[in-house]
This record gives sequence, structure tokens and C-alpha cells, in this order.
Amino acid sequence: MSISQAHGGHYYLPKPSPYPALMSTALLLLGAGGALAVNGYVLPAGWLAGAGGLLVVYVLSGWVGDVIRENRRGVYGEKEGVSFRWGMGWFIASEVIFFSSLFGVLFYERNIAVPWLASLNSHYSPWAGFKAVWPTSGPAGAAFTPEHAWGIPALNTLILLSSGVTVTWGLQQITKGHRRAATWAVGATILLGGVFLALQCREFYLAYTELHLTLGSGVYGATFFILTGFHGLHVTIGMIMLSVIFGRCLKGHFGPDNHFGFEAVSWYWHFVDVVWLMLFIFVYWL
Amino acid sequence: MSTVDIDAMEEQHHPRGITRWLYTTNHKDIGILYIAFGFLMFIVGGILAMLIRAELMEPGMKVMGPELYNQIISVHGLVMVFAALMPVSAGMVNYLIPMMIGAPDMALPRLNNFSFWLLPPAAILLVLPWLLEFFGIGNGTLDTGWTMYAPLSVQSGPGMDFAIFAVLLLFLSSTLASINILVTVLNLRAPGMTWDKIPIFVWSWVNTAVLLIVVFPALAGAAIMLLLDRHFGTHFFSAAGGGDPLLWVHMFWFFGHPEVYILLLPTAGILVHILSTFARKPVYGYKAQVYSFAAITMISVIVWAHHMYTSGLPTAANIYFMFSTMAISIPVGILFICWFGTIWKGSMTFETPMLFALGYIVLFGIGGLTGLILSDAAADQQYHGAYFVIAHFHYTLIGGPVMGVLAASYYYLPKLTGRMYDETLGKWHFWLTMIGFNVTFFPQFLLGIDGMPRRIADYAVKFAPLNMASSIGAFVLGAAQLIFLYNVYRTLVGAGKPATGRVWDGAQGLEFTLPSPPPYHTFEVPPTV
Repeated sequence: MSISQAHGGHYYLPKPSPYPALMSTALLLLGAGGALAVNGYVLPAGWLAGAGGLLVVYVLSGWVGDVIRENRRGVYGEKEGVSFRWGMGWFIASEVIFFSSLFGVLFYERNIAVPWLASLNSHYSPWAGFKAVWPTSGPAGAAFTPEHAWGIPALNTLILLSSGVTVTWGLQQITKGHRRAATWAVGATILLGGVFLALQCREFYLAYTELHLTLGSGVYGATFFILTGFHGLHVTIGMIMLSVIFGRCLKGHFGPDNHFGFEAVSWYWHFVDVVWLMLFIFVYWL
Repeated sequence: MSTVDIDAMEEQHHPRGITRWLYTTNHKDIGILYIAFGFLMFIVGGILAMLIRAELMEPGMKVMGPELYNQIISVHGLVMVFAALMPVSAGMVNYLIPMMIGAPDMALPRLNNFSFWLLPPAAILLVLPWLLEFFGIGNGTLDTGWTMYAPLSVQSGPGMDFAIFAVLLLFLSSTLASINILVTVLNLRAPGMTWDKIPIFVWSWVNTAVLLIVVFPALAGAAIMLLLDRHFGTHFFSAAGGGDPLLWVHMFWFFGHPEVYILLLPTAGILVHILSTFARKPVYGYKAQVYSFAAITMISVIVWAHHMYTSGLPTAANIYFMFSTMAISIPVGILFICWFGTIWKGSMTFETPMLFALGYIVLFGIGGLTGLILSDAAADQQYHGAYFVIAHFHYTLIGGPVMGVLAASYYYLPKLTGRMYDETLGKWHFWLTMIGFNVTFFPQFLLGIDGMPRRIADYAVKFAPLNMASSIGAFVLGAAQLIFLYNVYRTLVGAGKPATGRVWDGAQGLEFTLPSPPPYHTFEVPPTV
């Protein structure tokens, strides 16, 4: 109590922190490691990227831990809360634009690049019999089968949408002060996310082994995997965030007036949901 | 209560030495870090520019081979845009915006420090391949030009991969910094600092931050796709798999054209403060400028393909991009009218910041007008691959942002240090910069009209005299910046006269109500406006 009174009206300014500089060091190691790895220098790349990866984990737990401890000490008032809300909102906006640019790539390849190539004199075609169809065949006409929308992808849509419902329901329970129910809801969301990811992995495995749909399957394969792959990555990030929220629910960190951490993750999870809906429509279905 | 007092004391006494800068959460420290890093990179990019002009001084390969030349022009471009101009501009916003709007700091201070510390790793990744070459890894850094066009960038050496990761770090840095700026302006304005009262500089950065968030993801996505095309067998940019190299060019310029405005807007914002101070008149056309910024922001994201007139787009597309590009000159023209209106019949004095501000208007004016020539799809067929383009965008980017950064540096140096710089040295710096700059780049317009191709390390003998002139001008321009560095140095060590809080007698704004230099923490209790 005394702390929030003392800060009365003062915006909370965190003390100097080692984490930002450590995080950028970690990303430097990961970047250098990545650039070396793709050029075949696997051993030094492994050491660099391994060190970078460990440092990322250390920094994230320390940094997020600091924020949680400050929140527990009650240093965040209404004004700080508004900053966090705006911050998360703009962050999700930037993510939306990132995915929009990837969808832009899909539409460009599908509706402009492929018809343009097909309209050329057949002498310039990438391979014999190249046609303005989607899915294209692979480079040099190698055959692959695209995934059916109304199999696993449709099931996954159902799973992810249900997880959106459980997380929203959990948030409602928190605002009513029903902590136990909220904890169960977050647990259910994590479970649904896990099932979704497992099914996606199985799909990727089948695509490579049975459908012969790979990264190298022309622009169809490239756009298919970059969109679904980045979505999967974001689901994974969302799962990590949900796990933190689950732990905090168990510890009883959230109350009717103090649950923005929970709310922010639920925003993020809904964003991941909506991206999947777009994927289902434009990548799998149409 | 006692614990609280200790907290408060700790906040006043920041750590000393290197940890102060590494761990800082203070917007003034972070602003200074950004500015210092930016100027350091100006020196790096400037040395590369001097090497380019040394090679081009005479026909024939004199100083280096074409491979190294290609690498140097690529790194020169990337460093100047991303590591020099953007950081200095971000440093100004960090240092100034909380003081201008009466906020205690940036809204998310740790994130702020992270945004800065992502920049040195990006710069390291860009130049690291030169070091690795000594150890037998790769063949130097990227050599594709800063635009990294596919398919050349798909085939280029390992330096390209380091550049891709550098671009991703820059993307992260800019995005987080932009979020922080927007949140600060949205949430931390002092009571009474309403949207129609915030200084023009703050408005310019609100637009810049929105632009960064909207356009940088396209380049990040394209960079990831380039990495996949290079090493993981995808065909995004390869017609062999049904893809299209032009997709890279589209995505690059969807980012790259607004990037010009990202560099330009903040200095256009600070410019009007300087003009108003030294004309001793209020800003003319506040609303007109704010709406012009918004119009520039919106139009700039729909004009990118004017960089692609010669790439074989359909004629209808060329015509659309021609007219939308020309439409930008309307809000930019309004800005010019407001700048003239601000100094019109003012009691002007010509201290160094004012000289640079007026230089900005003249040089950027030339840059803008030659841009209108290039925006003509038919005329561009002639100029596109020629030096005319080089001259145009150096008039735009040095004439605008760099002159603006120098004007702002002289304008705020007394505020930051509490000392006045040396006015005589400042005037020498300005006039040598103006002469050096014009001698460097005006001949390039003529060379371009004559058809000298850009991006090539050698040229036909008939272009020799003008290239000699251009190189001599470049060396004058480079040497003139040493005067600036010396002037800043002697101010930092306390050689000048003490500055007052207001510094300039016409200066307006909350930052000038504070002492010079301002205390470590300012406006912890919001002022009332």
C-alpha cells in the first residue's frame, strides 16, 4: 500500500536493467549463428546459436519475472496499465501487418505471377505444360497433392476456435473473481493449442512423406509453408505465454481488477485465431 | 515508507561507468546513445563514401577492384539509411519528446533500451563478413547494392545472409521503438497538452512511427523469403518454380519508398521549430502541416512502383503510379509554403542552426523538384539507370534529413551540454558543407543527363572532368564534417560560453523551460500547459 501511495500520481520508471542489452547480445549470437549455419559452418554456428538460445531463455524469464514482481509490489497504477494496453495493441497491429504482407505474397504469386508466366510464349515457360492453375505443379512439373481443406485443417479450425472460447470464458471468470474456473479454462486452452500443434506437425510430416508437398514445390509449396509455418510459430509463442499465465493463475496473481497479463495473452490468442481463419479460407479452401 | 525513499534515491543516482549506458532506462541516456551511435555510423558511412569517390575520381580501376566497390556501395547505403540517419532521428525523439510533451520518460523504458541495443548487433552483422573473409569464410559482405534485388541477392555470397539477419534486427528495433513512441504520445502527455497543442516535431514522429509499423514488416517478410530461397529450396523470387523476382522489388519498395519519408518527416518537424525560433514568429500553418504529414504518410504507401518504371509493369500500372507519386508533391508543397510563411517578415537572425535550416529548404527543394522529373514514367526510362537518380536522392536525403539533423544538432547542443558551440566554426562548417555538397552532386545531374550509368565502378573517358569535380567536392564535404566534430568536442569539454535555459531568445516549447543541461529526470510531476 505504502508504495502505491508514495508513487501517488508518479509514473513508474523502472530501475536500470541488464536484460535489454543481454537480449540484444543473444540475438546477435543467434543472427551470426544462423548466417553461419545456412552456409554450412554447422559447428561454430551451433555454439553461437546455442549460447544465444540459452541467453534468450535466461533473459525472458528474468525480464518477465521483473515485470511480474513489480506488478505484485503494486507499483503499476492506472496510467501504467494504459501504456501496457496501448503497447500490446500496437504490437498486435504490427503482427497483423506482418501476416498481411505474407498474404500479399500469396495473392501476388497466385493472381499475378503465375498467370503472367503462363501468358508468355511457351518457349519461356518454367517447364513444359506450365499452366495458370493453382495449385501449380512443382518445379519441372514434379507432382504433389495439396492438402484437403475439409480433413484435418477443418478439424483444426474447430479446435482453435474452441480454444478462443475457453480463453475468453477464463477471462470472464477472472473478472468475476472465480480463480479456479479460470485456471481450468487456461489449462483447457493450452491443451487445445497443443492438440492443434500436434495435428499441424502430423500434417507437415504427411505432406513431406506422402503428398510430396515440400518447400521446393514451386510457389505453391513456398507460400503454403511460409504462411502455415509462421502461424505455427505464433501458436507456439502463444502457448509459452499461456503457460506463464497458467502458472500465475495457480499462484493466484490475478484478480477482478488486476489481470492485464491474462487479457493481453487472450488478445494475442485471438489474433492467432483470426490468422488461422484467414489461412483456412485462402490457403486450404479457396 | 522507508523502502520507498531508498527507491527514489536510487533512481536519482544512476550507476556510473559502462553499466550506466548498458543498463539505462533513462530516455536522455538512451537518446544520447542513439545520437552517438548514429554519428559514429555517419563517420563509417562517410569514409565509405570517400572511398567510392576516390575510386571514381578518374576512369579505370584505381583504388580497388569491382567486387570490393560493389560491397562498399552496398554497405554505404545500408549504413547511412539504417545505422546513421534513423538512429540520430530516433535519438532526437527519445531525448526530446518526453520533455516536449511534459512526460517523465518514455512509456516503456526497458523496451526503449532494448530498441537501441539492437542497433550495434545489426551494424556488426553487416561488417562481420569482411572480418570473416580473413579467416577464409565467405567472400566479403553483401555486394548487391542496398536494394538487394533478386535474383542477384539469391545468388550472392554468405555476406547476404548476415545482411538478412541484420535487416531482421533492424526491423525489431524500429518496430519496438515506434510502438514506444506512439504509446508515449498517446498516454503520457501532460494535462492540457492536447492533440492540437503538441509540437510539430511530435506530430512528425507520430506519423513516422505509424509508417514504420506499417511498412517495415514487408521488408522483414521479404528478407525471410530471400533466406528461404537462398538455402531452403523455395521459389518465391524464381520463375523456375512459378515465382517472380519482381515480387522482391515490389516488397522492397513498398518499404523503401515510405522509408524516404521515415527519414524526412522527423527533420521536417524539427525544421519548423528552428525556423520559428530564428524568425521570432509562431509556426505558420500548424494544422496545414499536421494534415500534410498525414497525407504524406497515407500517399507514401501507395506509390512504391515509381521505382520500377523500367521493370516491365503494365502501362496502366505505370500511369497510376506516376499520378499518385505526383500527388505527393501537393502536401510537400504545402509544407514548403508553411516554412516560407513561418519566416515571412520575421526578424530573422542567421545563427548556424538557421543557416542549416535554410540550406535544408534550398537543397531539399532541388531534391523534390528533380523527383518530379523522375516521377514521370516516360522521362524515367531515360534517367532510371543513370547518375541523375544518384544526384536526386542525395539532394533529397542529404539536403533534407542530413541538413535537418545538423541544424537540430546545433540547435539543441547548448540545451544538452549547457554550453554554446563556436559560432564561427559553425558558419565555416555550413558554408563548406553547402559548397562541397553542391560541387559533389550537381555535376551528377549533368552526368546522368549525359547517360553515365550508376552502380558501376568504372566509366567512359568522356565523363572524366565532371567526376573529378564531383570527387573534389566530396572530399571538401567530408573534411567540412571534421569541423563539426571538433566543434561538438570543444562544446562537450566545456569550452564554450554557458547557455541559458531558453538558449535562443525566440525558442518556444516545454524543453526550453528547463535548465541547460536538463536534470537527469524531468517532469516527474507533469507540468500544466
